[in-house]
Amino acid sequence: MNRVRGAGLVGLVLVIAWGLIALFGPMLAPYEVGAIVAPDVFERMGGAHLLGSDYLGRDVLSRLLNGARFTVGLSFGAALLASSSGAALALFSAISVRWVDETVSRLMDALISIPGKILALVIVAAFGSSMVLLLLIAAVSYMPGAFRIARSLAVNLNQMEYVQVARVRGEGRVHIAIFEILPNMIHPLLADFGLRFVFVVLLLSGLSFLGLGVQPPDADLGSLVRENISGLAEVAPAIIAPALAIATLTIGVNLLIDSLASGGRSVTDEA
Amino acid sequence: MILLLVAKRILIAFFTLLLVSLVVFSITSLLPGDAAQELLGQSATPEIVAELREQLGLNQPGHIRYLVWLKGLLSGDPGISMVSDMPVRDIIGQRLPKSLMLAGLTAAVSVPLALLIGILSAMYRDSRLDRSLNIVTLSMIAVPEFLVATIAVIVFAVQLRWLPSITIVSPDATFGELARAFAMPVMTLCFVVVAQMARMTRAAVINQLDSPYVEMAILKGARPTRIALRHAFPNAIGPVVNAIALSLSYLLGGAIIVETIFNYPGIASLMVNAVTSRDMPLLQACAMIFSGAYLMMVLVADIVAIVSNPKLRHR
Repeated sequence: MNRVRGAGLVGLVLVIAWGLIALFGPMLAPYEVGAIVAPDVFERMGGAHLLGSDYLGRDVLSRLLNGARFTVGLSFGAALLASSSGAALALFSAISVRWVDETVSRLMDALISIPGKILALVIVAAFGSSMVLLLLIAAVSYMPGAFRIARSLAVNLNQMEYVQVARVRGEGRVHIAIFEILPNMIHPLLADFGLRFVFVVLLLSGLSFLGLGVQPPDADLGSLVRENISGLAEVAPAIIAPALAIATLTIGVNLLIDSLASGGRSVTDEA
Repeated sequence: MILLLVAKRILIAFFTLLLVSLVVFSITSLLPGDAAQELLGQSATPEIVAELREQLGLNQPGHIRYLVWLKGLLSGDPGISMVSDMPVRDIIGQRLPKSLMLAGLTAAVSVPLALLIGILSAMYRDSRLDRSLNIVTLSMIAVPEFLVATIAVIVFAVQLRWLPSITIVSPDATFGELARAFAMPVMTLCFVVVAQMARMTRAAVINQLDSPYVEMAILKGARPTRIALRHAFPNAIGPVVNAIALSLSYLLGGAIIVETIFNYPGIASLMVNAVTSRDMPLLQACAMIFSGAYLMMVLVADIVAIVSNPKLRHR
């Protein structure tokens, strides 16, 4: 069990570190985001520029610290929107009459049948890609999944005796949904939220990597990989650093969720 | 009983696909913007725009346009590409086999590998091997494809100079050339798919290993390998095939990044081009192909789950 706890700890540290970078990154950046400060493009690591310089001679570390805010912030917002609207819709659906539940569920089935990246591409083609739109796209793409999980939780809880007691007591549907069902599904929903965050990070950085996500002059971590792709042949840190940054963020969240889930189980095992 | 369930499942799949077509069409066609104006640019005279509107059928109400489009889609003619002026069917016809080949190769490599990892970690559950594999696969799932692709290019194309960094497939390539060309795209795609599939396989086999009949087999002294392969695995086939189908459906999304990076002339990079050039008929057709393929994978997974469930078989 020690090893799992160790991996979970690594995850926790990574998540906290990225949270801090997203909050304070721009303040820590040694140079201006857009300023061309290095004499040469694709400089090596070390010296005046800790992570070297990018394809225009800008400081990679500064761009990374600023880009992380977009990746983490957008993904956090989108995942929050996806999870909360999915859960709200699931609660509404679970306490509604049968045909409303059926209709909502079928519609969500249709939405979930369009792979997230494909749906995102279709929406970007139709409406372009502004920040607000990217947030909405990611939220819409991952809302059906959140709905599906929340609904199956809500339907099960709805059968529980204490919910039936509340119903016999004469509580209204809304009261039952918010005060009887919702508090008991918060924990699995939080784990699901973490997973959705990872999916959204991968989706948004994928879009930015394709040039369809965050548009210049703003740049998230995916855009940083894209704009420095010409440094690939020189193995420039400008292309590796942002790609690794995304990986450490998503791996960190994944390890943390995994250890929380199995950690909970191991406590009861030992007791 | 089983036939009825399967038939019902297929019917639901068709209905879902219809809903998907409605969603895709509504997003791409019922825009505030005007496709004709968009196509001709700002300098076009109102007369020319009106003529093109007429030609594209944009003056008809939305539901009529949807029905016309759907009819075309069903009869295998999803319209004319706005950018290249070629029938969408021909463009896709050229690209689709290449994407299917990439997907097929990836499946051929990833499935056996994932089954091996999944069964091994289920057999030695909670051992050091299992826990390390857990962390490795968990991390692999979270890595963006372009990181894997970039590192692969750096290692195999830039440093070692073993493999080409762009996938060019000429019709008269030898087997060795083909293998070299496909090595990196397939490797990148396998990376994430294998991890996902292995984790689901492990869960399915462990689910079986926990059941009483396996305990019986242990008590009568069967060896772990025999228990896993002879007793548990046949019963886990349903859930495992389910896991394979669901993981392979991920290939569709992963292919978008991989085809773009390696400049592979498949249908996913075609779709990205369609997005950049706002070629709506082409985009709609690509989106429907991807969604249809995805639905088919999920359908196969569900049907295998129904058919392999002995409780349903003997009713």
